[in-house]
Amino acid sequence: MRIVEKHKVMDDMGMKRALTRIAHEIIEKNKGVENVVIIGIRRRGGPLADRLGEIIRNIEGVDIPVGILDITLYRDDLTTLGPNPQVHRTEVNFNINDKVIVLVDDVLYTGRTVRAALDALIDIGRPRSIQLAVLVDRGHRELPIKADYIGKNTPTSKSEIITVKVEEIDGKDEVLIEEKLNE
Amino acid sequence: MELAKKDLLGIKELSKEEIDLILDTAIPMKDVTTRDIKKVPTLRGKALATVFYENSTRTRTSFEIAGKYLSADVVNLNVPTSSVQKGESLRDTIKNIEMMGFDVVAFRHSMSGSAHYVAKNTDMKVINAGDGANEHPTQALLDLYSIREKKGSLENLKVTIVGDILHSRVARSNIYGLTKYGCEIRVVGPATLIPPEVERLGVKSYYSLSEAVRDVDVINILRIQKERQNVGLFPSLDEYSDLYMISPEHVKLAKDDVLILHPGPMNRGVEISSEVADGINSLIVEQVQNGVAIRMALLFLMLGGI
Repeated sequence: MRIVEKHKVMDDMGMKRALTRIAHEIIEKNKGVENVVIIGIRRRGGPLADRLGEIIRNIEGVDIPVGILDITLYRDDLTTLGPNPQVHRTEVNFNINDKVIVLVDDVLYTGRTVRAALDALIDIGRPRSIQLAVLVDRGHRELPIKADYIGKNTPTSKSEIITVKVEEIDGKDEVLIEEKLNE
Repeated sequence: MELAKKDLLGIKELSKEEIDLILDTAIPMKDVTTRDIKKVPTLRGKALATVFYENSTRTRTSFEIAGKYLSADVVNLNVPTSSVQKGESLRDTIKNIEMMGFDVVAFRHSMSGSAHYVAKNTDMKVINAGDGANEHPTQALLDLYSIREKKGSLENLKVTIVGDILHSRVARSNIYGLTKYGCEIRVVGPATLIPPEVERLGVKSYYSLSEAVRDVDVINILRIQKERQNVGLFPSLDEYSDLYMISPEHVKLAKDDVLILHPGPMNRGVEISSEVADGINSLIVEQVQNGVAIRMALLFLMLGGI
């Protein structure tokens, strides 16, 4: 089996513009960022959350808390995944009670990761509300979940793979559509 | 990365990478135990039985709460009020537990090798919670975790294990674990309680406590097992404490940041003075806290992906 690149959805500048727009939308929707906190889902939601925090800081001139959520212990698919994924720490070093949480992930697909993240968040506090920001929405939802902020809507077939690369983890910023070829 | 074997019977069988995986997994587990809501759903639908043929406070309770924090169902077989007292064999007892649908059993027995015997006779996963004088792997793992958390690394530390090495499964499991990290291990105690063959495990025997603790990073103090001392291996508890009780002067001989460990239950004034037990170098209460995290990590790694 071979994985081939079919299409580049975003390059580094495209990703930067998308995140800048999402940051503006977060500020607009919440009429500022008072009580807003940003929490990224490990792994690639983490760096994206950091960047959104940084952009908002530059626009509004205020620091907003940024955290990372590890959802491994909340997944519903551990029994089908084979070997366990490594559990990492949840690093939310601030109180989320009565806060507006912007949950950040790289790709929105079935919605199961977000479902797990919602459970994980509710276990560490009682936020006033939770909004969802994703870099790419590729469709095929299996649960009634929708994003409040979307970098790019990218219709895909289920056999395609969306690969998000971020500088902090992968050395460069880009979003690719790839496909598995059975040869 | 996952654990290679179905069961956890001893540290001897674990690779260094497997130990690292368990210790790394225990870090987020410890976070869970310090939250307001100390529960995650990951082992929903799994069942743990604790079957202890020997007394225990810490090990049994921490297995139970570890399972519950992960949302597993936990049942404790109370051996003294069970049909074991009517003569039911170990093999039959375990088979019956298995047929009730348990996924894993934490097992303790006074006979060395008993956990291996259980593992051979059941499809359940087996965690050795102490078998005679052989191994007590979860204790060693929580000791390693506690040391690593304070020192940052386990590599090349100097560790002294004090006391009844002969009867100690804690000592054996610690020796197996620490040697994988290149630690210099010293054992010290009355000559009758230091088996001559222990040096084959890569440790050095001492009979002088002051010499044994000089410049070490860790002192792990074993409990004098009064229940196993009826054969006269040392003259009296008073004489033992005169020669081998860790007191503040011994702590001074070790490194400034020496860590004092004890698996519990402590005999204060016999193997450890109260000043040391409650002193600033003591990790003894944190060991108990870390024991829950380690057992959560193990249950998750053994049950989470099946």
